[in-house]
Amino acid sequence: MEILVCVKRVPDTETRIRIGDGGRSIDPSGVKYVLSPYDEFAVEAALRTKEGLGEGEVTVTTFGDDASQETLRSALAMGANRAVLLEGAATMDGLTTAKVLATEIEEMDPPLVLLGMKAADADQQQVGPMLATLLGRPCATAVAEFEVADGKVVCRREVEGGTEVLELDLPAVITVTKGAYEPRYASLKGIMAAKRKPLEKKPVDVPESALVVEALEPPPEKAAGRIVGEGPDAVAELVRLLREEARVL
Amino acid sequence: MGKVLAVVEQRDGSVRSGAREVMSAAARLAEATGGEADALLIGGPGVAGSADQLREYGAETIRVVEHEALATYAGEDHARVVADEVRAGDWAAVLFSATIQGKDLAPRVAALLDVPLAQDATAIEAEGDRFEVVRPVYAGKAFARVRIDASPVLASLRPNVFPAEERQGAGRVENVSVEVDLAARKSRVVEFEAAGGDIPDVAEAAIVVSGGRGMKDPEHWHHLETLREALGPEAGLGASRAVVDAGWRPHPEQVGQTGKTVAPKLYFAIGISGAIQHLAGMRTAGIIVAVNKDAEAPIFKVADYGVVGDLFEVVPRLAEEIRMLRAEG
Repeated sequence: MEILVCVKRVPDTETRIRIGDGGRSIDPSGVKYVLSPYDEFAVEAALRTKEGLGEGEVTVTTFGDDASQETLRSALAMGANRAVLLEGAATMDGLTTAKVLATEIEEMDPPLVLLGMKAADADQQQVGPMLATLLGRPCATAVAEFEVADGKVVCRREVEGGTEVLELDLPAVITVTKGAYEPRYASLKGIMAAKRKPLEKKPVDVPESALVVEALEPPPEKAAGRIVGEGPDAVAELVRLLREEARVL
Repeated sequence: MGKVLAVVEQRDGSVRSGAREVMSAAARLAEATGGEADALLIGGPGVAGSADQLREYGAETIRVVEHEALATYAGEDHARVVADEVRAGDWAAVLFSATIQGKDLAPRVAALLDVPLAQDATAIEAEGDRFEVVRPVYAGKAFARVRIDASPVLASLRPNVFPAEERQGAGRVENVSVEVDLAARKSRVVEFEAAGGDIPDVAEAAIVVSGGRGMKDPEHWHHLETLREALGPEAGLGASRAVVDAGWRPHPEQVGQTGKTVAPKLYFAIGISGAIQHLAGMRTAGIIVAVNKDAEAPIFKVADYGVVGDLFEVVPRLAEEIRMLRAEG
């Protein structure tokens, strides 16, 4: 089975974020970029599915600039077979990204499309279900584990109040969260092999977006708190403060 | 002009308590734009019976869709029903809850309507005939102010951020009938396993008790359970990435950049040192309490109140004091 995984290049989650000069984006200097953590789960899930079925290919794709090649190579080093870079400027508007991906996917027509549940930069958590809707395919979001069998994919999702098992007819779109797919480390051999795997660059037409980022701001400053005291003897005072000063109890 | 629609969630036939926040936000926004706030409620037969509380939070018209096949959430069908309603109406803005369900539903609706969506908004304001939304990015390490030049404007609202304020609306209930073709469904819920009684999800809980590596062993979590129980039914459990990665706690409890970003009114960080990606995920909580044996732990920089000490001595005492306080009423 052909599996397509859509990934994104994002700042490492340990990175300190500074606002850039224009005030609308981050200052990229000194920022280490990585394959978004949820996308790593998706790549891992794709590889295990392929290994389980004993056939098929895993293609990774991203909508982004030339620097995203590096991100695609990371996925190839994990074991994906080939990569496609949809070259263009991605924005916070997930609908634009979904449209770009949908155009490409209609052409490739893979039975299973995987994405990370969200990208660790815009945190919009929307491209997967938008893409599925544009393609008219069923979608399961925030999937911790899934299994493909008999033209269907059975997904386990952690939802409000419990665990849901959702069955989708293929072709389908799944967004993957942390769960069963702890990503493998790329071996040295994998990293070397990745350099020779096919990576196709395709410039894309980017539809106009109606979502504009006007400003990016640091989080509101938090007034310095105080140490109420040490050990269990401080508890009475803490509870008094929570009740009388903070009024939250 | 300026009508606003709140898409409210129900579970087991009742409007969820978080729906009051979305209804109330819709009412405030509608007031600012000189329009009315309406509600859309989708559920199984009888769900209209729980629509009353929406009137008390400012709903003028409550559109109710009752259908056997919509009693539980079905993404594709729910999205189609919402999109059809929105197309037939004239709402300038449509608001959802940024719950697990809401964040699944809203993008599908946005794609059907061909308009952008701002997820997890922490503020939404009307500026003339335009709307501006503030939403966290990089898991709360920054906030983006975004403008959406589309109609309607779609946003999902982060739980616990928008106050639920009582205000009387007309609350006219209008029943909407829809067709659902079960045979055409491409996705089906085949099993649902309820977990942990009625403990709210960490992203929605008004109070969160979170544990980190300082807990030392997953078997020590009963201390946090006791504290959570003392705090009442609005309290949920959270965890740091370290303990989730160690397999001590399930991922749905994880707070931080590869988990959930939360904004409860009260957050207890127990034995959590405060890695940057954890702080990003909880720093907008109303009041933060930290208990840690290391006085230099970064968590104390964001905590409103800190106690330095052995959590195994502090937490049981804290649970007991809070339990007594609540018992006194």
